[in-house]
Amino acid sequence: MAVYVIKRIVVSIMTLLLIMCITFLLMNAIPGSPFLTEKSTPEMIERANAKYGLDKPLYVQLFNYVKNYARGDLGTSLKMQEGTSVSTILFGQGKFELSIKLGVISLLLAVVVGIPLGCIAAYNRGKWVDGFLRVMTTVGVAVPTFVLAGLLLIGFAVNLHWLPTKSNSLPDFKSYVMPVISLSFYYTCYVAKLTRTSMLDAINQDYIRTARAKGVKTRMLILKHALRNSLIPVITYLGPVMAGIITGSFVVESTFSIPGLGKYFVQSVLNRDYPVIMATTVILSALVIFMNLVVDIAYKIVDPRITLTGKED
Amino acid sequence: MSSERTPLIQVENLRKYFPVKGTNPFEKKKYVQAVESVSCTIYRGETLGIVGESGCGKTTFGRTVLRLYEPTSGRIVYDGVPIYDSEKKISVNMLPYRRKMQIIFQDPSASLDPRMTVGEIVGEALDIHRLCRGKKERAERINELLNKVGLNTEHANRFPHEFSGGQQQRVGIARALAVDPEFIVCDEPISALDVSIQSQVVNMLEDLQNENHLTYLFIAHDISVVRHISNRIGVMYLGQMVELADSYELCSQPVHPYTKTLLSAVPLPDPVKSRARQRILLEGEIPSPLNPPKGCRFHTRCPYATDRCREETPQLREQAPGHFVACHL
Repeated sequence: MAVYVIKRIVVSIMTLLLIMCITFLLMNAIPGSPFLTEKSTPEMIERANAKYGLDKPLYVQLFNYVKNYARGDLGTSLKMQEGTSVSTILFGQGKFELSIKLGVISLLLAVVVGIPLGCIAAYNRGKWVDGFLRVMTTVGVAVPTFVLAGLLLIGFAVNLHWLPTKSNSLPDFKSYVMPVISLSFYYTCYVAKLTRTSMLDAINQDYIRTARAKGVKTRMLILKHALRNSLIPVITYLGPVMAGIITGSFVVESTFSIPGLGKYFVQSVLNRDYPVIMATTVILSALVIFMNLVVDIAYKIVDPRITLTGKED
Repeated sequence: MSSERTPLIQVENLRKYFPVKGTNPFEKKKYVQAVESVSCTIYRGETLGIVGESGCGKTTFGRTVLRLYEPTSGRIVYDGVPIYDSEKKISVNMLPYRRKMQIIFQDPSASLDPRMTVGEIVGEALDIHRLCRGKKERAERINELLNKVGLNTEHANRFPHEFSGGQQQRVGIARALAVDPEFIVCDEPISALDVSIQSQVVNMLEDLQNENHLTYLFIAHDISVVRHISNRIGVMYLGQMVELADSYELCSQPVHPYTKTLLSAVPLPDPVKSRARQRILLEGEIPSPLNPPKGCRFHTRCPYATDRCREETPQLREQAPGHFVACHL
């Protein structure tokens, strides 16, 4: 296990390096310059380029990135709040924590609510509960986040005044409700759908009948035998969801005026703010890679047949 | 077999219908009549074999007796206690009976939970019925069970997929034996196995029966295997019991035309005899259990069918002592 994790970390670092190279090449391939405005003269651009080292050959620039990242230095922003360091922009004032907090809570909600809903639907297959959940999850998957967020705002904040319209830095419980619901509803529904499908598959297996013949109670039957055998697709889905939930929070964050990370993903690209693009991409990739590692370890827990090292068996 | 014959299980007019999902919601709901009015008695210590072709309801019958499928109607009496009676609306909690009645499934690889070790699979029933005190006793018991079916102690920590089909079936048998049952439904326990292993498993089942005083309901489509292991044999066709008799008598003096056909299809080891024998070939396919033929269900394929067979359903009657046949002829 430990050897496996170390191996995976080494591979992850290689992956991150590769991602840095590709991101670097792509963002340099986009035409335009961070300093190009209506007013700027060629001399000004040249001066700025020289100041930030953008006049150097590409491989030198890339090497500098890697060198600085290895030291934990994410560089300086070229555009946004010019001159401030990237880490201040991304991590300052708790922006990163805010996005992560929102994302993790939404993800947990999706798991904690989605999986039981899927189980309930599968167990009551064909009955009205199942029908209701099927319609609900289909709608949930189909409705875009901004529509749901807007509806929630109109309903609970504008008309009923139960919840605040602006969530700001999520100071209290009330401010969490709407952003978390709008962010996690899609994923909750998707997880419920996935769970239902794979549960139905598992419920019809012979070993479920064996367990019933043993006298296993229905609740244990679902939890111990059926659910355990149907979690793999759900777990597989959760890795990428983590990344999706954090990038996807842009819409939610701007709707509920939460000063999170989301908008920097978009703004940095529009502004050709190379160091910020690089930093956001690397952070996001690291998160995805980390989640995939967690998923692989979770596989092992759920399905003891899977050997992580690939040596046994 | 013991001389005194005490009934262990009595089944009366057992029915099991499965609803079929129709495409048209306004149409009348259709049912597959998997088991239609089957009655029989299983005596303590005997092996009752059930034969019949695919889809005749053998497996459904076995599972319904254990109430793994909830019966549609009928009556099941276990050791004098009715555990299901549709008329008197009796439907007891099966948990105490799961200790007494067990089942061995046809497909050993599918019937073992792939996420559990063999030890866990065998031990789960021990936990449910609280048969062991403490971990040590539990481990010993699992050990004992595995040894009983010819597996080793170290097999307890392995997963089902690491075993061969024969070994998996042994695990399935150990699992069924864990609760020390009185009655076991063997639902085609050997048909998924290689021929070389079939006899091993059959012999093991026989030995276990003698050691543990078990009663078997042995379901198979291969009449030669059933003849070997059973005291009595029941023949099923399209959800109904058509003939039930002592196995020697059934094989030597079959009465029902369907039984005769089945027996004539059994391969003989002697090629000369095999060539000399007249095989009875049936016309047509087995009718759909969704819409079974009126009268005798076999009349569409029976070479001797008369007008009476087409109109009137024959009842299972005792034609000779202990020899029941459902046929007008």
